[in-house]
Amino acid sequence: MPLITYRDALNQALREELRRDPNVFLMGEEVGVYQGAYKVSKDLLQEFGERRIIDTPITEEGFTGVGIGAAMVGLRPVIEMMTWNFSLLAMDQIINGAAKLLYMSGGQFSIPIVVRGPGGAAHQLAAQHSQSIESWYAHVPGLKVVAPSTPYDAKGLLKSAIRDNDPVIFFEGETLYGSKGEVPAEEYTIPIGVADIKRQGTDVTLVAWSKMVMVAMKAAEQLAAEGISCEIVDPRSLRPFDNAPILASIAKTNRCVIVEEGWPYAGLGAQIAYQIQQSAFDDLDAPVTRVTGADVPMPYARNLEHLAMPSPASVVAAVREVLYRS
Amino acid sequence: MAATTTPDHISRQLGSTPKATLLDMLAKMLLGRRFEEKCAEMYALQNIGGFCHLYIGQEAVAVGALSTLRPDDAIFTSYRDHVHAIVKGCDPGRVMAELFGRRDGVSKGKGGSMHLFDRQVGLYGGHAIVGGHIPLATGVAFASKYQQTDRVTLCFFGEAAVNIGAFHESLNMAALWKLPCIYIVENNRYGMGTSIERASAIYDVAARASAYDMASETVDGMDVLAVRDCVGRAVERVRSEHAPTLIEARCYRFMGHSMSDPVHGHYRTKEEVEEQKLQDPIKAYFGRLLAAGLIDQNGLLELDREARETVERAIRFAEASPEPSADDLYADVYAEPYGPFRKSEA
Repeated sequence: MPLITYRDALNQALREELRRDPNVFLMGEEVGVYQGAYKVSKDLLQEFGERRIIDTPITEEGFTGVGIGAAMVGLRPVIEMMTWNFSLLAMDQIINGAAKLLYMSGGQFSIPIVVRGPGGAAHQLAAQHSQSIESWYAHVPGLKVVAPSTPYDAKGLLKSAIRDNDPVIFFEGETLYGSKGEVPAEEYTIPIGVADIKRQGTDVTLVAWSKMVMVAMKAAEQLAAEGISCEIVDPRSLRPFDNAPILASIAKTNRCVIVEEGWPYAGLGAQIAYQIQQSAFDDLDAPVTRVTGADVPMPYARNLEHLAMPSPASVVAAVREVLYRS
Repeated sequence: MAATTTPDHISRQLGSTPKATLLDMLAKMLLGRRFEEKCAEMYALQNIGGFCHLYIGQEAVAVGALSTLRPDDAIFTSYRDHVHAIVKGCDPGRVMAELFGRRDGVSKGKGGSMHLFDRQVGLYGGHAIVGGHIPLATGVAFASKYQQTDRVTLCFFGEAAVNIGAFHESLNMAALWKLPCIYIVENNRYGMGTSIERASAIYDVAARASAYDMASETVDGMDVLAVRDCVGRAVERVRSEHAPTLIEARCYRFMGHSMSDPVHGHYRTKEEVEEQKLQDPIKAYFGRLLAAGLIDQNGLLELDREARETVERAIRFAEASPEPSADDLYADVYAEPYGPFRKSEA
């Protein structure tokens, strides 16, 4: 199987879907002539032309709304947010529009749109360019929210998202674009709403998605050296959320640590912990623990940024805590 | 590029429009008026809940503008949407059922007064975030160009919406990409209780189009023929040249902002409202048709009787329609259901 980057896996997914369905188009800032701020749309303008690869003015609310309107009449827009930070300008369109149009029209207007782009902290980009806001979108009925951690998942899930008849919020990990993994050249899709076990283990369940899967993996390797066996469950989709594999894992390990890049207060980890205590209370030998980003806007200084982010070391510490070995 | 419709245009319109169309426009204005009067009554009886924004006084804008469209053309409007819906072709009974929160409503009781949708007749919704629907309308126009159809999109909003970012972002893209969209500002002078003078740095809404090198016109929104003439020319232009247009229809609402707002409130005087009522668009239009010998007093009474009967039938339909079932609560959240969410079978 070819070893390619997360970025190229997304590019493949876009290319295949643009070829397959003439209703699919890509719209956003710098997606065409510039080839994408993160080069996810490299060479697409050359193949598909300006009708389908559309450079926009810097106007997130406007072009996201244009995409939603186009979806109302059956087109399948893929809207690129240069980063998810800029999506805050488009939240009215996404939440008051895309998420609600089907419901408040009594089922008349489904919105088959994908809004995608890089999310999470990157290297010293500071408060306005480094945040994980997937929990904000996962809060909203009517939206589906996906956050793949590997190139394989990225390709398969993006293809499913484009074919989905509901609005899909697609978080790409900004620092994952260069990561490599095996991706089949042939057609495949991964269903939205199905979790994946990224590592088998017996002593503790780690729940992590997007970039945090890598953090959890590193922690698991360190812990393995100490004889502690971690199972890593990657939900991949944050709404709909596949609870069963997490519960099955906890039935085996009796312990759980949730690793989330976002803020702790009212974050997704809180929801996941609630679901676990509700359904797996009797399986737990320790309280569910969360490792999250610090409850602060992201600082610029390198040392503070490291302190603000979940790290393998903080995950290791949390695992020891749930194993009562700290 | 701003132009103003003169009385010459209007007499030409009266001469060139078929009599049946002219009378149909009067009938629709009357139906809109009677429907809204009944809404006020039903609101008082608590058959209609939530916010309820009436259109009385502005009928010439919707009727004149929509008389220029084909059935497959799309319209978007704001929360003051009942008359746009009926004039575009929604069944008045289903509109009233929606206001009653009933299952047979155009949006199955999920949308209410501010969110009337009817895909079959090209009604792409009443939208309740001021100006938030302007990008959506631009998107449907974008799709017309993408799909190479000559469908036109009309987007109605109030003058307060021209101060929000979505308006400017949309007009910029529509002009840049030559999208077949006509933006119709119903300038009734008050965004809720704030007059345009207190909210906008410039009074001339149509002039804002010059920032985007977009065609624009100001029209007397109390004159249905002037609106028809002005919008008709814009529709022709947009169909043939894909050049968007901004139209400012200067009008006046005779009622409060919503049913919770008295007719004049603190922000305008009773005298002002009474003076404006002298310009009643229905009376003025009837006067013109009467002078042209196209209808007489009895004809007017007959049309009015029909309008009242239609509204009575709408009420009976709404009353007879069941409330949505508890199951409907979780229907239509997703097109493809999961968890508790399911798609309605209808």
